[in-house]
Amino acid sequence: MAENTEESAAAQETAAIQDPQAAKNAQLLALLHRLFGADAFTDVEEPYGMLTATTTRERIHEIIAGLQQEMELQLHFLTTMCGIHYPENEGKELGMVYHVHSLVNNLRLRLKIYFPIADPTVPTLTDLYAAANWMEREAYDFYGIIFTGHPNLIRILNVEDMDYYPMRREYALEDGTREDKTDLFFGR
Amino acid sequence: MAVNDTLEGTRKIVESAQEQQHNSGLIPTLNDFSQELTTLNLGPTHPATHGIFQNILQMDGERIISGVPTIGYIHRAFEKIAERRPFYQITPLTDRMNYCSSPINNMGWHMTVEKLLGVTVPKRAQYMRVIAMELARITDHLICNSILGVDTGAFTGFLYVFQEREKVYEIYEEICGARLTTNMGRVGGMERDFSDVAIQKLRDWLKTFPAVMKEFETLFNRNRIFMDRVVNVGPITAEKALNYGFTGPNLRAAGVDYDVRVMNPYSSYEDFDFEIPIGTKGDTYDRFMVRNEEIWQSLRIINQALENLPEGPFHADAPHYYLPPKQAVYQNMEALIYHFKIIMGEIEAPVGEVYHSVEGGNGELGFYLVSDGGRTPYRLHFRRPCFIYYQAYPEMVVGSSLSDAIVTLSSMNVIAGELDA
Repeated sequence: MAENTEESAAAQETAAIQDPQAAKNAQLLALLHRLFGADAFTDVEEPYGMLTATTTRERIHEIIAGLQQEMELQLHFLTTMCGIHYPENEGKELGMVYHVHSLVNNLRLRLKIYFPIADPTVPTLTDLYAAANWMEREAYDFYGIIFTGHPNLIRILNVEDMDYYPMRREYALEDGTREDKTDLFFGR
Repeated sequence: MAVNDTLEGTRKIVESAQEQQHNSGLIPTLNDFSQELTTLNLGPTHPATHGIFQNILQMDGERIISGVPTIGYIHRAFEKIAERRPFYQITPLTDRMNYCSSPINNMGWHMTVEKLLGVTVPKRAQYMRVIAMELARITDHLICNSILGVDTGAFTGFLYVFQEREKVYEIYEEICGARLTTNMGRVGGMERDFSDVAIQKLRDWLKTFPAVMKEFETLFNRNRIFMDRVVNVGPITAEKALNYGFTGPNLRAAGVDYDVRVMNPYSSYEDFDFEIPIGTKGDTYDRFMVRNEEIWQSLRIINQALENLPEGPFHADAPHYYLPPKQAVYQNMEALIYHFKIIMGEIEAPVGEVYHSVEGGNGELGFYLVSDGGRTPYRLHFRRPCFIYYQAYPEMVVGSSLSDAIVTLSSMNVIAGELDA
């Protein structure tokens, strides 16, 4: 067992030398653990080279704010954020995905939070990034995510009197009453 | 000292007398004037907005007090539509975002899918893509800069360069058959090789265009009237620009040298020698100059790519994802099977999530693709650069005059299709 861990550690080191991106991600993960504690992050992965971690909505504001102040890796740029809906994950139906970027070190980080659709409240990031304003309005517009503290949380792309959140997955794109078209032929 | 004291005393006496008069209601105060603000609807359809979006401006005379942008007039729900379409059918959607530089959107999307599928594109196809993308960048910047000229009253430059834009569209036609919404290339490479006519047209254009561009710059760059209209108009600091999520020429005009092509080279951009122009003040003039210089740099890249265009296939050897030639579909069993599977969306995609970004005409164009292994994306989010930076517009124009607001808007290169997706 001990041998195995040693081997895997050595393998990781060689991998880090071969892949500078992996080394950078490891450095970023260590930084995240040091600043916010290892228990703040779950499901840490590196799909296609980008460090991805899941955290909670209680901590997301603190983490993004901490990264904005942090001077070692300087993840000071909010690239984008968007909502996502997994109807079958009970209690974690809705999610927000944040992408932050360090323009100095060319390092990206993807943070995700999940929360129940019955209580879709998330703290706003508008006090940290002016760019967050419309992106949060877009997520509200499409998924009905309520950003507490947002200065102007109204629909942005759809009409004001729309009474549903169209990107939620229960709204099929095709007319649901038609029987001549089945999902078999038309994607989902 | 004594004189100052006297002056100060006199001022106080005058002020108190004025105050008494104001309180008596005989003389209007500043507060009385501020009640008379004008609400002005700039848009939704207005010749100077170049697209359908509205700004409700509060005007105090000629000065703008506040602005409230309303967007979404041509929202077409691309992110929702994309959840029901196979990957190859999403390319036409990307055409219709920044329609001034469709090939960049097409290639960006193809590269995102290729990253997900793990397909490596041969060098020749990468160079061909670079040529198409840089042509698109030139036309995008040409439109933005020449329309900025029109908005300041100079129509001539616009007419000169639109002739050249037309020639670029003819090159697009030779490459892919379409002009504006190009749907260029395929997942895995290009749809067909550059024809001899395409190469010839490209070479001809590369010979004639620099002279026209030179003339355009001569008309504008040091033009007294033009400079008076654009210098120090709509400035933004680098710090503010970063906070607002600016990317592309607008961010570089503010002095930040962030360019996706250099920071995260894709499609062999690391092979080419080019420079990233930056500005200092982030005003309209800087944005104009940065775009002009980027056109020259794009020309450099195209020349290098064309001279060093490698031999070899123009698409990846990935039969599961790349449509076989139509002739083979009629004569070859495997080709027929692959054709059917690809068209019906029966190809297998890996489960995963991928973010890929390219340097679009107006900033970092990003694709966040979540795949659950199905034939369509589970979630596709477009990071549209102008949707993010257009938020800064009210802050950039408050305090300026209406005509300054028009040129600021024009120089930001806000494309309605991309704004509303």
